[in-house]
Amino acid sequence: MTPELSRRTLIGLAGAGVALAGAGAAAGVAATSSSSDLGLGPVTGAVEFFGDHQAGIVTPAQDRMHFVALDVTSTDRNQLVELLRTWSSAAQRLTAGAEVTPLGALGGNPDAPPDDNGEALGLPPSQLTLTFGVGGSLFDGRFGLANHKPAQLADLPKFAGDELDPARSGGDLCIQACANDPQVAVHAIRHLVRMGFGTTAVRWSQLGFGRTSSTSTTQATMRNMFGFKDGSNNIKAEDPDALRDHVWAATGDGQAWMDGGTYLVTRRIRMHIEIWDRTSLNEQESIVGRSKGSGAAPGKAGEFDEPDLVISGNDGRPLLGDDAHIRLASAHTHGGVKILRRGYNFVDGADGSGHLDAGLFFAAFMRDPHKQFVPIQRALADSDRMMEYIEHSGSGVFAVPPGVRRGGYWGDTLFT
Amino acid sequence: MHRPIARPLTVPAAVSALAVAALVTGCSGGGGASQPAADGSIAVNATDTACELSKPEAAAGAVTFNVTNKGTKVTEFYLYGTGDRIIGEVENIGPGLSRKLIIEVPDGGTYSAACKPGMVGDGIRTPFTVTGQAARSTDTNTKLAEATAGYKRYVTSQIETLVPETEEFAEAVKAGNVEKAKEEFPKARTYWERIEPVAELFGDIDPKTDGREDDERGPGETFTGYHRLEKDLWVTGLQPDSGAIADQLVADMKDLQNRVKPLELTPVQLANGAKELLDEVATTKLTGEEDRYSHTDLWDFKANVEGSQAAVAALRPVIDEKQPALGPELDKQFAAVDELLAKYRSGDGFKLYTELTPEDTRAMAKAIDALGEPVSKVAGAVSQT
Repeated sequence: MTPELSRRTLIGLAGAGVALAGAGAAAGVAATSSSSDLGLGPVTGAVEFFGDHQAGIVTPAQDRMHFVALDVTSTDRNQLVELLRTWSSAAQRLTAGAEVTPLGALGGNPDAPPDDNGEALGLPPSQLTLTFGVGGSLFDGRFGLANHKPAQLADLPKFAGDELDPARSGGDLCIQACANDPQVAVHAIRHLVRMGFGTTAVRWSQLGFGRTSSTSTTQATMRNMFGFKDGSNNIKAEDPDALRDHVWAATGDGQAWMDGGTYLVTRRIRMHIEIWDRTSLNEQESIVGRSKGSGAAPGKAGEFDEPDLVISGNDGRPLLGDDAHIRLASAHTHGGVKILRRGYNFVDGADGSGHLDAGLFFAAFMRDPHKQFVPIQRALADSDRMMEYIEHSGSGVFAVPPGVRRGGYWGDTLFT
Repeated sequence: MHRPIARPLTVPAAVSALAVAALVTGCSGGGGASQPAADGSIAVNATDTACELSKPEAAAGAVTFNVTNKGTKVTEFYLYGTGDRIIGEVENIGPGLSRKLIIEVPDGGTYSAACKPGMVGDGIRTPFTVTGQAARSTDTNTKLAEATAGYKRYVTSQIETLVPETEEFAEAVKAGNVEKAKEEFPKARTYWERIEPVAELFGDIDPKTDGREDDERGPGETFTGYHRLEKDLWVTGLQPDSGAIADQLVADMKDLQNRVKPLELTPVQLANGAKELLDEVATTKLTGEEDRYSHTDLWDFKANVEGSQAAVAALRPVIDEKQPALGPELDKQFAAVDELLAKYRSGDGFKLYTELTPEDTRAMAKAIDALGEPVSKVAGAVSQT
């Protein structure tokens, strides 16, 4: 090992308190928020991999994301399980800031390709979380899982205006990597993909360069590509009742293997930012239903003040339109239903017509997509004035199993 | 011809004498005293802050460590050689668990043992001395010599057919028999594509015989070889100098034949050649780049895979000795590629690249990825001592 190149040496120097993968240390790190709030540079510590729930859901949203959906190319169930074991062991190492295997980038036989390509050498754990899910297509009978498919994993209905690209949708499996350093997130996904060759192949992949949501009260709400604070009313890690009611699958929900798990809906939302940028501030605020500056709802002073959906102005006319985004997405409009959002901004190069291919990679965790995401999205797709500026180009629904216990592996409650 | 991945194997790579086989056996609960065990194994007492060995030395040969994690964090145990080369390691030892690690250490010298509580950092180091020298297996060297000799025979036999096949192709070109030349083109190339990494050892032959029109060339060098004639036959029609180009191609192949005769290949070169052939498939065949005028890319695809398989087969006895799990995986993935390619058979040859759908090439890319990973492990396996 060459000390100046060693990823782990640097972590060692950072102090044992940061390097520890232990639960106590992770909790300490998790209580702090990401870089954007503190102005102190990125939070670099490790987040505990093991637990009752997977990390990367209520973990304070990191600044960067690399998401990958994979198809299983093998029909051998044992081979798939073996990969899940290998992945889980690697994920444990990667989230602790270690190289993907003990031999790593430089420790192996020099005649062989290195186990770890090394692009994360010298980088700290950066709060990397790796979150694993399975898509509905995994239950098609190839692996004898047909009887274990949760009803919550049924396909989403088609929504008005959907322009879904099959090449950006679905997948048998998914892995969400979030970190405060994009290199660390990409390093993790790249190596997990490599381990899967012969068993899995990438179906689609999405990079997110900036978080839009906050999942902790310690975090500031960040802005989406429309320049607005996004998901102010999100479920936060500090609200156990909301997590219990709206996020974690519980006994009696259907499939016991999902107890303590959750469901993930992803939507790749292309935003026509060029057209948006030609829209007046008044119009933008009217479409969203919030002040662009403070994020406050009409007639309110602060971002987190409860919106008044029936408020009128001095002239007696409603301040919040029937087609305002926050009204249509509001829990009040949907019988108290909420979701835990974890979206990221993206720019995937250009669209070939002189525009940036920009948007929001919407990712949200919930207990039942069909009772939570579907009614909200149906209302938005049918009535939201924002729909003129966006189109949904990719979609996925994944069951995210409960957290991994020591000695266990991703999805072990499903396969054992 | 490979392009973005050009890595000519001009320097014979010595078989590494440093890496050592390590064997880890299963978990056992408890135990692990700090006294030397009766069986000569070394007890390692690993805690969150210490890494104690029951004795600081062992004789060269098989060294057994019984590592017990008495700390609170998951730990690892390593034996490092010079320059922190990992000689052997055992990972994921949970608190309270013991693991046995057997490492073959043939060379005496100073080593370093390390426990890594929490799996990160340089670990808690302690010096470890190995005394004497253990006998090395000559069996492996015999197998390696047989492997390189066997592959040399394969290369020689391919070139023995490549020369007359190329002559037949050249004769058809010179006779102005376009239909016959088109038939011969992919057949002759099959023998070339099977052994291409060997031809690439001679840096001057490949650009002349397998270069593309848009390659960069030095002053006085022109577009010649198979692909120049391919363009003449399929696109522009035969040119006044097509015959001369054909003659030169035959001369170059005979030159290759003579130059291969004294060539000595190393096992690592064989293994890397097997990998490069699959890289070729991924970068030049699955893209339709190689045979852009004739679209006979699947012929070359098949030949690349066959050549890769021949090199791996020659090394197989060594692979089976060093990494017993690798051979069956190679068999499985080569068979999967064969099975997939068989779907695209057409008459004596294959469908044209232009007849493939994006789904077809996607399926091929997945199969080549699945094969490429185990093939990339062969070089490390055969150089492991």
